[in-house]
Amino acid sequence: MQPFTTVSGAGVVLARDNIDTDQLIPARFMKRTRSEGYGDQLLHDLRFREDGAPVPDFPLNRMAERPVLMVAGENFGCGSSREAAVYALVDHGIRVVVAGSFADIFRGNAAKNGLLTIAFGERERQRLAAFIGGGGEPARRLTVDLEAQDIRADGLEAIGFDVDPGVKRRLLLGLDELSETLEDELQIVDFEARYLAGAPWVVPNAGSAKAG
Amino acid sequence: MGRTIIDKIWDIHEILQREGRSLLFVDRHLLHEGSHHAFDKIGTAGRAVRHPELTFGVADHYAPSSKSRANAASATMIERLSANTARHGIDSFGLGDARRGIVHVAMPEQGLTLPGLIIVCGDSHTATHGAFGAFAFGIGASEVAHVLATQALWQTKPPQMKITVTGSLPFGTTAKDLALHIIGQIGTGGATGHAVEYAGDAIAALSMEGRMTLCNMTIEMGARSGIVPPDETTFAWLQQRPMAPAGDAFAAAVESWKALGSDADAAYAREVVIDAGAVAPMVTWGTSPEQVAPVTGSVPSAEAGGDPDTLDYMGLTSGQRLQDIRIDSGFIGSCTNGRYSDLVAAARVLEGRRLAVPLLVSPGSIEVARRAEEAGIADIFRAAGAEWGESGCSLCVGMNGDRVEPGERCASTSNRNFRGRQGPGARTHLMSPAMVAAAVVAGHITDVRAMDLADILDGPAASPALAGSASASEGA
Repeated sequence: MQPFTTVSGAGVVLARDNIDTDQLIPARFMKRTRSEGYGDQLLHDLRFREDGAPVPDFPLNRMAERPVLMVAGENFGCGSSREAAVYALVDHGIRVVVAGSFADIFRGNAAKNGLLTIAFGERERQRLAAFIGGGGEPARRLTVDLEAQDIRADGLEAIGFDVDPGVKRRLLLGLDELSETLEDELQIVDFEARYLAGAPWVVPNAGSAKAG
Repeated sequence: MGRTIIDKIWDIHEILQREGRSLLFVDRHLLHEGSHHAFDKIGTAGRAVRHPELTFGVADHYAPSSKSRANAASATMIERLSANTARHGIDSFGLGDARRGIVHVAMPEQGLTLPGLIIVCGDSHTATHGAFGAFAFGIGASEVAHVLATQALWQTKPPQMKITVTGSLPFGTTAKDLALHIIGQIGTGGATGHAVEYAGDAIAALSMEGRMTLCNMTIEMGARSGIVPPDETTFAWLQQRPMAPAGDAFAAAVESWKALGSDADAAYAREVVIDAGAVAPMVTWGTSPEQVAPVTGSVPSAEAGGDPDTLDYMGLTSGQRLQDIRIDSGFIGSCTNGRYSDLVAAARVLEGRRLAVPLLVSPGSIEVARRAEEAGIADIFRAAGAEWGESGCSLCVGMNGDRVEPGERCASTSNRNFRGRQGPGARTHLMSPAMVAAAVVAGHITDVRAMDLADILDGPAASPALAGSASASEGA
């Protein structure tokens, strides 16, 4: 995973609640392998018309440069567990999503792919949105500093944010969770032996002859 | 202080704690075609699957409901699942396997879903399995890879929410209507991140199928999981299932399951009480499950939540009566409402009637389809003019070649009315199976209670196929 320390670049505002995973990446696109990339499919059906032409008013289509930060409303990433919703954002260059709230599974997936999620109240989001603007003019650059836990920019008073300490540590180091867990192998082995001895019925078709 | 059922399951499965999280042992890891990212991950790293005997696969998301609509992606994705599971010695229900079906229908049917287990799957509707008193939730691809390699998962303990449903569901309403009613009350963010526990007389009265429908839709409230503590209904349903424990092992398991229920003095972060008696047949009018109203209602004004952009997408206007909305097609199926009792409820409405618009039926599993054929239920659908398709996720997610055309309107028993969910530009109205049946017969959204159906819903059925089966609210 790509470490996250500080990220600088443009922002984009999608002033909607309930941006679900079917909007972030429509299900029909999900057969690609990871290395093929998902960036061009981000928010596909909102960005493009049926004939493939870009929707001119859509904020992402008005950007002179690809944004690193997205500001949205409540319940961002609701819906399916598809991690491709995070791949699409990250592959498009977005490293930070600021929203009123996040769906549970989406937030977990984000942290495992170097995507920082920040929950802000209405006031902070409005300040950010006002600073970023509609996307037509030259982009105003922001810096998100994970170590210091703030968002800064020229002409914007720094806005601090909360982050789970474990998520912060893994993001800063770009740690792969699985490699870390494998170091706990002995404890897992020990637990399994104890647990499965106490509840042998947990293993399907084990511990008894089938009835009939 | 007392413990909840989630506390108890958590404690039993906790391997270790670190940084405020717990590493939990996973009893069942369920896979579908979407697992390819995770297999690639462990494959690249050269890792083995730690417990193939606790891991089960099934082809559902891409399974074609009709050979004529099958797309190239279907074959590729299903083959990928077969190859990945075979390579790692995992039992997977592929095309042609009589055990196959939608993962959240087929696995319980086989007796793989049991009380007290932790069950995960790379699918948000894994919450369904909570109906049996399991702690079950959806995970992403990185977590699927983690579970494949370690049979364990890092979790922050979720805050818990108790939803008590008092009274009993009225005539013509089902668990689906209850779920939509609750979402309408608390919103799609109403339970964000919470583990929801259901309690109350109306829950105790639900069949296992109704409990599955309710737990399934709990993710649409933003919850991580939904759970119904196991009771005699649960135990009776599980007995004799092919892969459930049998004989003495079953008796021993039941004893341990009886201790799982929440203690009377257990505490919850939130508690909500819902009156089942206030539930009506529900219909969504928007692009989020919280945009829902009783069938007797109207599309709300902008001030009352009728967001203009949403109404534009849906092709509706504020003030329009829901029952005046014409539909182009119907869909009965999905992990929410593709079970046997769902098909019976719809067949009771369709019997002796003809469809005004096309209806696709995709049974939740091959076993559901077999039972429906045997009982003559499938013939009732065919006689009405419906397409009786193969089992799979089908039009709930539109990955298998099935789709609703742009601008077309579908009355659907599925779980999400998101923009484009059933195809680009598709307009989805969520409702119960009986309500979909009523809509496809009338050609517009219809109150199933107002049709000339009293004999069908309450009285003896005309057809031997339906005689002796429960009323339209059986799903409840």
